[in-house]
Amino acid sequence: MSEKNKIVMKLKDVQSQAEQEIKKVVTIDDLKALQIKFMGTGSPIDIAFKEIGQLPKEERPSTGQYANQVKQIVDNTFAKCIEEIKTTTLQRVLIEERLDITLPGYRPAIGRLHPATQALRQVCRIFSDMGFQIFRSTETDTDYYNFEMLNMPAHHPARDKWDTFYTTNPKVLLRTHTSPGQIHAMRKYVPEPIRVILPGMCYRYEQISASHEFQFNQLELLVVGHNITFGDLKGTLEDFARRMFGENVRTRFRPGYFPFTEPSAEMDIECFVCGGSGCQVCKGAGWLEILGSGMVHPVVLQNGGYDPLEYSGYAAGLGTERICMLQRRIEDIRYFWQNDIRFLEQF
Amino acid sequence: MKIPLSWLKDFVDIDLGLEDLAHLLTMIGLEVDEIRLVGLSVAQNKKHEFPISGLSWERDKIVVAQVNEVMPHPNADRLVLCRLLDGEKEHIVLTGAPNLYPYKGQGPLSTPLKVPYAKEGAQIYDGHQPGQVLTILKRAKIRGVESYSMICSEKELGISDEHEGVIILDADAPTGEALVDYMGDAVFDIDIQPNMARDACILGVAREIAAATDKPLRKPKFEISTDGASIKGKAAIKITNPELNPRFVLGLVYDVKHKASPYWVGRRLRLAGMRPINSVVDATNYAMLEIGEPLHAFDYDVLVERAGGKPPTIITRVAQAGEKLTTLDGVEHVLDDFNVLVTDTAGALSVAGIMGGAESEVTDKTVNVLLEGASWNYINIRRTMASQRMDSEAGYRMARGVHPEVALMGEKSCLQRMAQWSEGKIAADLVDEYPLVYSDPVVQVTPAIVRRLLGIELSPHQITALLKRLEFECQVDGDVVTVNSPPHRMDIGTGTTGQADVVEEIARMYGYDNIPATRMADMLPPQRNNPVVEKEDRLLDLLVAMGLQEVISYRLTTPEREARPYLTVADAPYVRLQNPISLERSHLRRSLLASVLETVERNIRLTEGLALFEIGPVFLPEEGQELPLELRRLAIVLTGKRQATRWKVSNAESANSTAAQDFNFFDLKGILEMLFEALHLDGIAFKPDDFSAFNPGKCASICLGEHQLGVMGELHPLVKERYDFSNVAVIAADLHLDALLSMVGVNSVVGSIPVFPPVLEDIALVVTEDIPADRIINLIYQTGGKLLVDVRLFDIFRGKQIGEGKKSLAFSLTYQAVDRTLTDEEAAAVRNRIVRRLEQELGAKLRS
Repeated sequence: MSEKNKIVMKLKDVQSQAEQEIKKVVTIDDLKALQIKFMGTGSPIDIAFKEIGQLPKEERPSTGQYANQVKQIVDNTFAKCIEEIKTTTLQRVLIEERLDITLPGYRPAIGRLHPATQALRQVCRIFSDMGFQIFRSTETDTDYYNFEMLNMPAHHPARDKWDTFYTTNPKVLLRTHTSPGQIHAMRKYVPEPIRVILPGMCYRYEQISASHEFQFNQLELLVVGHNITFGDLKGTLEDFARRMFGENVRTRFRPGYFPFTEPSAEMDIECFVCGGSGCQVCKGAGWLEILGSGMVHPVVLQNGGYDPLEYSGYAAGLGTERICMLQRRIEDIRYFWQNDIRFLEQF
Repeated sequence: MKIPLSWLKDFVDIDLGLEDLAHLLTMIGLEVDEIRLVGLSVAQNKKHEFPISGLSWERDKIVVAQVNEVMPHPNADRLVLCRLLDGEKEHIVLTGAPNLYPYKGQGPLSTPLKVPYAKEGAQIYDGHQPGQVLTILKRAKIRGVESYSMICSEKELGISDEHEGVIILDADAPTGEALVDYMGDAVFDIDIQPNMARDACILGVAREIAAATDKPLRKPKFEISTDGASIKGKAAIKITNPELNPRFVLGLVYDVKHKASPYWVGRRLRLAGMRPINSVVDATNYAMLEIGEPLHAFDYDVLVERAGGKPPTIITRVAQAGEKLTTLDGVEHVLDDFNVLVTDTAGALSVAGIMGGAESEVTDKTVNVLLEGASWNYINIRRTMASQRMDSEAGYRMARGVHPEVALMGEKSCLQRMAQWSEGKIAADLVDEYPLVYSDPVVQVTPAIVRRLLGIELSPHQITALLKRLEFECQVDGDVVTVNSPPHRMDIGTGTTGQADVVEEIARMYGYDNIPATRMADMLPPQRNNPVVEKEDRLLDLLVAMGLQEVISYRLTTPEREARPYLTVADAPYVRLQNPISLERSHLRRSLLASVLETVERNIRLTEGLALFEIGPVFLPEEGQELPLELRRLAIVLTGKRQATRWKVSNAESANSTAAQDFNFFDLKGILEMLFEALHLDGIAFKPDDFSAFNPGKCASICLGEHQLGVMGELHPLVKERYDFSNVAVIAADLHLDALLSMVGVNSVVGSIPVFPPVLEDIALVVTEDIPADRIINLIYQTGGKLLVDVRLFDIFRGKQIGEGKKSLAFSLTYQAVDRTLTDEEAAAVRNRIVRRLEQELGAKLRS
């Protein structure tokens, strides 16, 4: 047998041996060891290539070609096998690591704003978009700002509408509405036009019940300018209602009474719970009273420093907890300041 | 106010359905709270805009009938059998009504009794059950006599809760007519606003309906048929202060007989919420409800007797302080010096406009009635009602203002009714003192004013047409409409106020819903930032993002409750309420922390862990200042388990430790550090401190530069004992929000992202226990210089290996240069400097 044939025979043997041994291997590590055994330095294939170098010059190309073929085949076999093993290993791992995905999730602690803050923010955002800016004033105020300057001199019948907490200083009270802010804002900004919202806590001397609180947030609007009309009042408040209660909500305006506005109007919205057919929420009326409003009374304009012949304006006020109650069907207004965590966590 | 429909129809034609009428009233400012059906019905299967109660009378089952004979029941003394004609046929009807007993056994009645009659199958209210329970009449045998129908009481028909006897209708009631057609009614419960006080009467509401529907108002003529001797010389009036008593009218009715008023009068009074008494008293109430003028009837002969047999002089004056008067409700009033009294020469007779005195009131024995119709200063009436704690239908109206002209109308209307129902004779003439004539305002409006306030275009003639419906007298001159307020209302002012008042009336008549909604075209005001609100919102969002729940507490509390968290309490002044709603809510808070701790206490059993905060004002009275200082605070309280919920996997080998899951001091400190960092407030420092709420070893004041912004710590064990807390630590902070936010800048500058890699290195240093961590960290930073960009503590170790009284603190150090890749040698040089410095200054040893 020529040297060449010996080499070819050896390569053939190596090829079939490798193919057989590869089949038996299970792990990647064993396979890699086997690869070194057959193809690494000193392996039969490595030796075969060295031997080819010693063959006569004319035999070298064909033998080399053959050896390369064998090397390629063995290489491919290894590669294929590596793929197979990887796939089966991965499949096993995937099965082993399988989770009971029905176990409950790890919940991060979540903070929440108080529902009253959320409601105030929602209302403020809508009016902010319309160009209203927040104006704050104090929760304690004087009789002068809370009543007198709002066209309610002492013993005025309209004062009956506001049951008032007085402090031991008879001139100082807890504001019964955010309206004293109207005077504060006007006196600060006169003679500029005004477009402000006045949010904040107000107080009324009322026995607490499911529908009455002695402490509540109110939000008031005040607009003063040269050409502000009742139509503008309606337009602003209707826009508000659509954004707050839905694009298709129906509103209606009817005469009301506030000493600091004239004409005065109450805005109702069609009950969004029953669509106006009467339910518990609207107490059978089909309409929900949402806010009080009106054109700023000339006396109030004057008290704020604006000439009522030159300026006009409108004001509106709404209770934001009440709106939140309607939206979320909260049955008891006392929930708000009780701060029961089981209530707060629902927002 | 309760307004029966039938009564309104005396003055105006109404062709609207009940709900349409209620809608109309609501839309002109007379909000209808409820419609009570008293016979009439509303359309079914239609959506209702108003709460509806009451009973509809079935036309074919409840009719007017006549009782021709009342016969004894064979087996029962307390029952009678009525021979009754329902217009078609005769029935024998069983009843126990005591008001039929007098007719028992008289044989056929010469004048049959007219009664409401419910046939078999009619739906009525059960007269024997409390409240209003519907029942359907069924055939039954009562004491051997078959019964299938009923003569009805007011209760059974839903007119009132009267069930003493059956209704006996007026003699002219048409037998056989459906009762609903004869007297079916509905009552509108209307909310009268203070500026519509003129409508607190039937005539007022009828006027509004006439105006809104543009129909004529059938105004009463106020004519009286006088057939008695003149009142002149029989009574006199002396008004001492016309400001308080602008008008006083007296009339006299001779020889009244106290009888029951006609049935329809009593029914109307009941429907309007008053109780019929007798023909004299009913006339005063009827006139008040109809015209709006409260009237007062005196027993004339008692007054003559008090005047020593002479004609009485009625004097109106303010009371002397301490003067006493017992009113007809039996209450003795000790009067204030501003209360106005109606008196005679012998003393006080009544509290003017509110309630009569017991002595001079009309009784069953009264023969001659002196009738007062007056006008009073409403503010004074209001003050008197408040100071004397009095309330009455008269006071309700007088306290809202009754026009002096209405006093005269009411007087006349009442005299006429009283004479008619009591068979009296009205004295000729009236005594009418009217020293302070109310001048009805005159207001000028123009289309321009209407356009400016309402945004609608109306011509002078359109304005006039709308206002005339409400009886305003208008003259048009070019563009100007001169408007006279009608002499029955006092809500129209003068000048610009009057214009606004008149414009409201124009808007009401035009219809608020008809005014088109517009978007504001006016100039926007100067736009300004509102940093306080913006920063506060940012702070709120950050606290929420860190898992804290906002709470909002009552601002009213007591000093005792506020003292709970503090071991020592300074004697601080409070804003105190003069009229607290309860003893528990009598002072404005000074401590926000106390509020939040109460909330924690209420919730602590409901959940494993709480992380709460509140922002809001505290109220601090200041010497010499009217209003207290309202400072905003931020209070945070953590207790119990950290709230992230996760389950653990344990097996036999793994230890089961829970203590590490509870909030501790460093949770809150970390929250505050992050809060300050996120608000870009650099240089926050926590200094060991001692506040009476906190454990002295676990307490810090929070400082930024010179400013102390608040305190934090773990509640003192003795404070914790005062609360119903569990045994885990309660960590709290109380910060000055205004001061904190004032230091927050608008924008912080953003640094560029480093391009060269850092060198990271850990070092552990052994120091004695007394050396606080921040001294070490500060020294490391100082020594590290520019190349040291971060120092982070990651481990504290104590143990035998490092010796008693020592601790080992392990830090990760990050070195980085902005302009090059730092070499290990450069970093090592910095580290060596640091270690050397720490050795020298703190005796620290590098732990290997």
